[in-house]
Amino acid sequence: MKKYSVFAIAREAMRGHKGWEEQWSSPEPKKEYDVIIVGAGGHGLATAYYLATVHGITNVAVLEKGWLGGGNTGRNTTIIRSNYLYDESAGIYDHALKLWDGLSQELNYNVMYSARGVMMLAHNVHDIQVLKRHVHANRLNGIDNEWLTPEQAKEFCPPLNISKDARYPVVGAALQRRGGTARHDAVAWGYARGASARGVHIIQNCEVTGVKRAANGAVMGVDTTRGFIGAKKVGVVAAGHSSVIMNMAGVRMPLESYPLQALVSEPVKPVVPCVVMSNTVHAYISQSDKGELVIGAGTDQYVSYSQTGGLHILQHTLDAICEMFPIFTRMKMLRSWGGIVDVTPDRSPILAKTPVPGLYVNCGWGTGGFKATPGSGHVFAHTIAKDDPHPINAPFTIERFRTGRLIDEAAAAAVAH
Amino acid sequence: MLLIRCPYCEEERPELEFRNAGEAHIARSANISGESDDDFEKFFFIRSNPKGIIYERWRHMHGCARFFNAVRDTVTDKFIMTYKAGEPKPSKLPGVAK
Repeated sequence: MKKYSVFAIAREAMRGHKGWEEQWSSPEPKKEYDVIIVGAGGHGLATAYYLATVHGITNVAVLEKGWLGGGNTGRNTTIIRSNYLYDESAGIYDHALKLWDGLSQELNYNVMYSARGVMMLAHNVHDIQVLKRHVHANRLNGIDNEWLTPEQAKEFCPPLNISKDARYPVVGAALQRRGGTARHDAVAWGYARGASARGVHIIQNCEVTGVKRAANGAVMGVDTTRGFIGAKKVGVVAAGHSSVIMNMAGVRMPLESYPLQALVSEPVKPVVPCVVMSNTVHAYISQSDKGELVIGAGTDQYVSYSQTGGLHILQHTLDAICEMFPIFTRMKMLRSWGGIVDVTPDRSPILAKTPVPGLYVNCGWGTGGFKATPGSGHVFAHTIAKDDPHPINAPFTIERFRTGRLIDEAAAAAVAH
Repeated sequence: MLLIRCPYCEEERPELEFRNAGEAHIARSANISGESDDDFEKFFFIRSNPKGIIYERWRHMHGCARFFNAVRDTVTDKFIMTYKAGEPKPSKLPGVAK
């Protein structure tokens, strides 16, 4: 892997940019690997990267049915934050946030992590109570979060409407300054480049069609559209399709998959300096470095794998955006899209060993997995390498739905569902 | 937006009138406190989440307000049929091979 640097740019400029190499190779699949990761999104590629760099396991294949980073990695609204209520969630999301800081240097790839602040709005007494509870809980866990008055909120985000006449007036806000955004594609590409350079095989257009198990129940490998590939350890990181893959191994999951939509506006000059979220009116917004407003909508109400969604869901979100930011009422929206998110009953992910020996699963990130990408890959690589969870992901088992030890972010989450 | 046929109103109406109520044909035990942890988990948390044909419940919230069941393809979101609550799971689906 040739290092990217200002000198590399100068060198290539001198010779007509003929020396740039492919960022990752596309080898033919081998018959057998030590570890197979199903799904080349951010989480899967990060897992492969940390298997190689932290645990020295490089005989790894990442299988992807489509193209690398073409699922939810390339479809999310790129928001990063760690202001979750419970200790377990705070542990895993802040682990990720700490890795975001410095990730560009580690990967030698600009993931454009920008700690521009995530501000969550309160519109009524209940919101104030919930958000203040989050502020206190976060601070006890060493996570920055602070309470703002409406005037302070407007100072931090000038286009915000804090008029008392608004239908849902802003009565306060919680601000996590370390929160922000990153470039989603670059995260997948950077991890892919780093993993590939260390010998990981990234195999695109290779759909897993079955999971083979030995007589003793343990995993032997996977059937794919490019033939059988053997491995004693298989990690399923397939987002909306996780339950489909797990069914192939005979494991029924506490998951349901829903379409989640997002949309972007025409590009305009810098106007939104941070991320603004509102649970109550259900919208969140930030501005990309290209100038587009990036707006996240909610999920549809029914299970679907269609990677689209209802227009009324987008309209509902835009109603809320125009309410919070009246200056955007004349903006034109350029495009919208959907991704399929896998949601657990307690809205917390599953990163764990499974009842099948050699089969591991990293799923259930629901509507908010992007922010966790580095931390998720880091602890999932540990889980696979050691056949034992990292202390950070130890609470995120499948068995919690039997024992009742839920991590119940569902009702009190800082996240819009 | 989906168009959904309510089997009670016998009309196709826009999705906004309806609320999805999750997977159908999951029977609640008559003796729920006697359920084992395994069985309760299956009843309460485990879902089939199929890529393909799903049997699901809907409620005609802003219409007759009654619950009914539907068969839908989760890849195309196309409804295959709807039927009244309490009717058995259809063994044959119109227009579906297998």
